[in-house]
Amino acid sequence: MGLMQTGGSVHLNDRKVLEAKNLRKSFGEFVAVEEVSFELHGGECLGLLGPNGAGKTSTIRMVYGFSPMTSGSLEIFGKDMKAHWRSIKYGIGVCQQENNLDPDLTVLQNLKVFASYFDIPPKEAAKRAAELLEFMGLDHRVDSRVTELSGGMMRRVVIARALINSPELLILDEPTTGLDPQSRHQVWDRLESLRSQGLSILLTTHYMDEAARLCDRLVIIDHGRVLVEGLPAELVKSHVGRDVVEVRNPGDELRSFVKELGLRHEDLEHRLIIYGDEGDRLFERVGKIYCSENCMLRAATLEDVFLVLTGRELRE
Amino acid sequence: MIEIGPIHISRRFFRVWRRNLIVYQRIWKVNFLPPILEPLFYLLAFGVGLGSFIESITYRGEVIPYISFIAPSLLAINIMYNAFFENTYASFVRMYYQKTFDAMLATPLSLEEVITGEIVWGATKSLIATAIMLSVVSLFGLVHFPTGLLILPVAFLGGFAFGSVGMIFTGILSSIDLFNLPIFLFITPMFLFSGTFFPVENLPPWAQSLTVVFPLTHLVTLTRDLCLGLPSTADLWSVAYLTGLSALAFPAALFVMQRRLIH
Repeated sequence: MGLMQTGGSVHLNDRKVLEAKNLRKSFGEFVAVEEVSFELHGGECLGLLGPNGAGKTSTIRMVYGFSPMTSGSLEIFGKDMKAHWRSIKYGIGVCQQENNLDPDLTVLQNLKVFASYFDIPPKEAAKRAAELLEFMGLDHRVDSRVTELSGGMMRRVVIARALINSPELLILDEPTTGLDPQSRHQVWDRLESLRSQGLSILLTTHYMDEAARLCDRLVIIDHGRVLVEGLPAELVKSHVGRDVVEVRNPGDELRSFVKELGLRHEDLEHRLIIYGDEGDRLFERVGKIYCSENCMLRAATLEDVFLVLTGRELRE
Repeated sequence: MIEIGPIHISRRFFRVWRRNLIVYQRIWKVNFLPPILEPLFYLLAFGVGLGSFIESITYRGEVIPYISFIAPSLLAINIMYNAFFENTYASFVRMYYQKTFDAMLATPLSLEEVITGEIVWGATKSLIATAIMLSVVSLFGLVHFPTGLLILPVAFLGGFAFGSVGMIFTGILSSIDLFNLPIFLFITPMFLFSGTFFPVENLPPWAQSLTVVFPLTHLVTLTRDLCLGLPSTADLWSVAYLTGLSALAFPAALFVMQRRLIH
């Protein structure tokens, strides 16, 4: 169904939907975003990754015009945010981190009232709301009060609401945080469908499986700065390698073997993680001599990249 | 559209107003009850109960029954309560607990439009409640027409002033429990000492001059003079006072809400 005004092509195009240069955000003494720059091209799904407190939400709130920039420049749809915030906002759909649906209204009313904020005439709003609720698998709950819905359903209503103005750019702040696996997969499925219709998407997440599944390109930020940027597979290849061997309760001989050969590794006391490159037959070499049943070979993932780059300390 | 420096207000505030109207309509029967029942309770308690002790009262040189004296006060208090409670408790719930404003701010609405919509809605609630209460009170022959009809625009003006003041508290108080403070220090003294249940002249001179500062005093003067059909030049001063209060409190409300929500 033609939900998006754009629609059709899956290919990225050269048109810059968003260009953020040296975004900075400080709250008094506290600097939430030190300096962040990135671009988003038409039809692309860009993921902004980072641990808690990295500056993801502060960045994205500047991008959707909620929070004024301390400094930097931001252009969306080729227009400057400071001067043209109102017309830019007509073309953006935002799914904020909290489920801030209107509990005083029904599901359908939520969408229709929201449509009025975009000057969409009531008839068109009703039609579009019905289409979106069907697309999100909620057509049986149109008259429910929001408070009667499950967490997964609420999220889907929030996404449907974010699409009510047929946005050119969809912004999602941690779209599946707090959802059960079934709901997450359903949300992912809907987002993939939107992506295939050519919608440009900017999302933040700290779930690496989500980023790997949905995003064409990733920007990993921490301490308010961009650490790396690139395609998911390339990031894995360049920062971790291909294979990973995890050894539970490693012995001292293995530790010195790894050090001698200069293999890239992380020593976590009860667990040794060795990163290997293509064709180095890492598992054979380590496994044969030092392992009994405490070794596991697996493919390197984005989660490895994330932990290598942002460290393992807890962020609270 | 008004764009003075960083202030952006267009007629879009009307959409926020409409959102509140839609919610109000859902439970309109419940919303209509207080302005119907309240004057009945008060007229019974004060008019019949207390009125048997105080038969008449002199107001602007005219001797009038006590019940005619307090009926306009009920209208004025109703105007104050509706807007003030709407723009304190109800607006705070929408802002803080339901995050309704956050959702609105991700759309083409500006914060000024959201807050203007809320305050204009508070004034509208005062207007609706006043229309209902005025009908009830006039059944007892306590409203002089056509001057009584002027109470409707007064209700909107008074509602706007009290709503703006309420919104200032919403912008600065950190928790919903703290609203007890302005109610205890601001609303309750006004409820009692604004010429509502006894003439201001009964108070000692120092207290009399204090009541002139109370916006409710001016609202009571207006509703009373219009109900009794005794308009005077003092009423123009009262209109000017409420307009002036609105002109100060409304931008102040926008300012504190901006400081609170835009980070």
